[in-house]
Amino acid sequence: MPRTMRHILVALVPVAAMALLPLVYSNQLLLFNFVVFMILAQGINVIYGFTGYLPFGYFGFFGAGAYGFAISIMHLRMTPLPALGMAAIAAVVLALVLVPLFRLSGAYFAIANLAAGLAVYQVVSNPSLDNITKGPYGISLPAVFDPNFSYGIALVLLAATMMTVIYLRNSKFGLSLQAIRDDAVSAAMAGVNVVRLRVMAWLLSAVIAGLVGGVFAWYISVFYPQTVFSLDFSIFAIVFALFGGMTTILGPIIGVVILYGIYNLIGISTPQYFELVYGLLIMGLVLFQPNGVVALFKRWGIDVP
Amino acid sequence: MYPEQPPGNGEPLLRIEALVKRFGGFRALDGLTFDLMPGEIVGLVGPNGSGKTTCINVISGLYSPDGGDVIYHGRPISGMPSHRLVQIGINRTFQVPKPFPTLTASENVRVAAAHGRCDCTAVDVDALLASFELDCYAGRPAAELNAGQQKMLDLARALATGPSLLCIDELAAGLNPAELVRVAERLRELARSGITLLVVEHLMGFIDQVTDRVIVLNAGRGIFEGPLRGAVTDPKVIEVFLGTENGD
Repeated sequence: MPRTMRHILVALVPVAAMALLPLVYSNQLLLFNFVVFMILAQGINVIYGFTGYLPFGYFGFFGAGAYGFAISIMHLRMTPLPALGMAAIAAVVLALVLVPLFRLSGAYFAIANLAAGLAVYQVVSNPSLDNITKGPYGISLPAVFDPNFSYGIALVLLAATMMTVIYLRNSKFGLSLQAIRDDAVSAAMAGVNVVRLRVMAWLLSAVIAGLVGGVFAWYISVFYPQTVFSLDFSIFAIVFALFGGMTTILGPIIGVVILYGIYNLIGISTPQYFELVYGLLIMGLVLFQPNGVVALFKRWGIDVP
Repeated sequence: MYPEQPPGNGEPLLRIEALVKRFGGFRALDGLTFDLMPGEIVGLVGPNGSGKTTCINVISGLYSPDGGDVIYHGRPISGMPSHRLVQIGINRTFQVPKPFPTLTASENVRVAAAHGRCDCTAVDVDALLASFELDCYAGRPAAELNAGQQKMLDLARALATGPSLLCIDELAAGLNPAELVRVAERLRELARSGITLLVVEHLMGFIDQVTDRVIVLNAGRGIFEGPLRGAVTDPKVIEVFLGTENGD
């Protein structure tokens, strides 16, 4: 079987699992959050795994998507699906504004990006923008509330995101991004248009976050600026993706299942141990398996794409 | 065995005209001027800090010059981004090899083959790797190759883009004598196939083996142009490399 075909079949497993689980497990909100983090972790995979730029401000795109969706519903009287398009556009516009950040690299990029995300939060939650964003008072979209439909769209988005990562893993474009990540000067000397490809990957990961932000706003329908512009979305998605394994197809998914699973098990039953267990897990992984769980499987001879 | 001067007919492939590159107050290139004819192998030699690598960095678009011009095929190209230069046929290797460490040797070359000159025929990546004895490492991450193999991979990657002008920055340093002979032969083969080579090197034996003529640099300026055996008797070159008799 050709490699791409095998990858597609493997990628359908988590999508199918998340589609079937609501039939046997009633807490759909929890399952929805799993799907949201799977998509976000894959979005991080696109920009951090393939190009090496760590976006601490990734939540900014998520929030921009959520507000792009909500504003389109409230003020433009759109239906949810076109409003999701607006969510993507909001994230792309923000990503384009932030393109100059690529003059920075490493920790400087990560911190500047974080500041940018926080700046967007401050603007959106400003009481003076009450008549556009409802400022700090929060958004309520009762008219479009439809958990089953929006859950379904989240699954479609998860599938699309998985396909995006499969494309990157098997295409010239993805290979070139990895070359840029490894050495931008050498990539330029291999004829790669470093600036253009990096911006394309950046926009791609922003679209992913914007769309999932829009679906999130749709699903929960009631939220505050700090709900969506929360650093937790960046940190969790980054940690999940790193834990599972960057630049892989299943790694970020595995990271979400394990870590978000543990978070929901002990973070709720015995929250006093949660940070201890989490900290130990992450320390252990960074020390002994810096390439993530998938690399561990590979060492055991199990090929996880 | 080698011609004293390249044939004077035809246009030069590359013309460096009064090139200046400053780093703060330091003039790394200070009015450097020379021509490269098609298919020629020219050595760029000089003491440390004389501007050899800076010259290659300007030609390959890593730096834009502060003065003067780089003319390629009759067109000024200074300030063009590196990837554009690669696509019009200019490439280089690095003194410290810079492979893509997490990609396999084969992927390293494939990236270059995919983005190189649009007009070059499909590159046979496996054959290219084999010609540098890298075929048995094709599936291994480049980080696992030794320094010599990484240098060869640099060269293979540059060739995969189909260059007309290849700048080679200290390829010989660190290679063993047997490898040196093979690499020298390989470079001459490349020149015979029509690629112009600009070779920066400290190893004079290697320079003598591969180059048609040398340009001696000192403090960002050319002080001698001609065959190597002419350079070693030139009083200015001797002064730069060895100092004068009264110890200046």
